[in-house]
Amino acid sequence: MSHLNKPVPAPDPDTKPFWDGCRKHELLIQECDACGRFHFPPAGRCPHCGATGSRWVKASGKGTVYSWIVVVHPVPKEVYAGEVPYVVALVDLEEGVRMATNIVGCDPHAVTANMPVEVSFQDVADDLTLPCFRPAKPSA
Amino acid sequence: MYALKDKYAIAGIGYTDFTAKSGRTVLDLALEAGSKAMADAGVGAADVDGVISYHFNDSVPSIAVATGLGLPEARYAVEFSSGGNAANLIVLSAAAAIEAGLAKTVLCYRAMNGRSGFRLGGGRDMASRGITQFTAPFGWITYPQAMAMWCRRHMIKYGTTSEQMGAVAVSCRNHAQLNERAMMRAPMSLADHQASRMIVEPFHLLDICLESDGACAVLVTKAERARDLKPKPVYIMGGAYGGGPFQGDDLFDAIRWPEHAHNYAKYIANDLWASAGVGPKDIDVAEIYDCFTYSVIMQLEGLGFCKEGEGGAFVQNGRIGLGGEIPVNTHGGLLSEAYIHGFNHVIEAVEQLRGQSGARQVPDAEIALTTAGAMTCGSALVLRN
Ligand SMILES: [Zn+2]
Repeated sequence: MSHLNKPVPAPDPDTKPFWDGCRKHELLIQECDACGRFHFPPAGRCPHCGATGSRWVKASGKGTVYSWIVVVHPVPKEVYAGEVPYVVALVDLEEGVRMATNIVGCDPHAVTANMPVEVSFQDVADDLTLPCFRPAKPSA
Repeated sequence: MYALKDKYAIAGIGYTDFTAKSGRTVLDLALEAGSKAMADAGVGAADVDGVISYHFNDSVPSIAVATGLGLPEARYAVEFSSGGNAANLIVLSAAAAIEAGLAKTVLCYRAMNGRSGFRLGGGRDMASRGITQFTAPFGWITYPQAMAMWCRRHMIKYGTTSEQMGAVAVSCRNHAQLNERAMMRAPMSLADHQASRMIVEPFHLLDICLESDGACAVLVTKAERARDLKPKPVYIMGGAYGGGPFQGDDLFDAIRWPEHAHNYAKYIANDLWASAGVGPKDIDVAEIYDCFTYSVIMQLEGLGFCKEGEGGAFVQNGRIGLGGEIPVNTHGGLLSEAYIHGFNHVIEAVEQLRGQSGARQVPDAEIALTTAGAMTCGSALVLRN
């Protein structure tokens, strides 16, 4: 899947570790040193307790679909005409944080509420990997 | 909490034609609406010393409007960098500024070439900085895409259906047919809504508001001064602005919002009703921000017109139509009148309370609600005649 002309992340000091992690196929979130809670999106300060210290931890990559949309009408047309229909979802990770993502690896209309999903890293450019999700494989 | 009940009033209103291609500058539109509001109130340039607006750099600065209208003493010309959620906030802020002595009479306006110029809903920043680096790279870019996520959550949690959302669109269109300034006046059925093409599921085309060129303006002044002016004053009973926890960094940062089946309305309801000293049962007509059909359902729930989760059923069977339990968006709303970013709702509320709404007049309307916002923050006003 080409990422030509699509929006690309502009990592900043808060977010660079996350995007670097994605390139290594690791889904990193922050765990607050003070209160032990996880937070996302990346920030220099815990939104729960205000503490500034945190460590990056590897999330399990497992979660469930909280809400989702199916984009049918491409905007901008020249960029997304070849991509529709595609799914954008909010996924709740096991660790208790929520991320926006694409659901890949299934028919867009097969997505359901609370569907178990797992991270599926998509290397869309030499220097860009997006943390997408796909339906979770049934556990043995 | 807003604590100036009945001390301030809307003393004049003005608006341009609402079109898809004005062929004019945004400044010219703003000046037309502003000068009409002043003429409606019967005041001159020397009587107006404040100007407030809100926009996303798609409009003209308040000082430009003050200059263009020739205000000799513009003491208070400010703007909010904000979306439609500020449509009622600027009216409250006008009262606050006058109370503080920063101005005596304040012109509030919203002006835009929203269809022929900068198209707000589709024109997202593609650079993906800040919070949008976690949203835009996934092709989550436009307003309809942002808000479809909220709508879906309401469907998941409460079983709300597309037909129920369609009932909002049809009701607005029914009203627009009675409104000569509405952009969309052709009859629309629920079947038309269901047959309209999918834009971003769960939104059909007819779940999505219009894009419009135009301007609306109102003049706010002290109640005792308004009583000396030509039109019947419309008093500001109360109002509120705000939202809940984790409102996010911008429109798309609703990632941390606790539950997308509810929006800001739930969080401002207590402040709003307490400030005005009335409740939902006292409202004769409600102009509710309808950038998308679902937002009407969520606000009716959040403000207590019905219980959480019951909004889908509430909007059906003519309850929000003229002659219904609570007539909503008597002008046709953003869905069928025009998208002047919620400020056309304020105009309609004032006209209803003046008894100037012609074929769509709610008989004996005494108290009106206007709201603005669909997601994490918003504003509302309670007005009376
Ligand atoms: Zn913490």
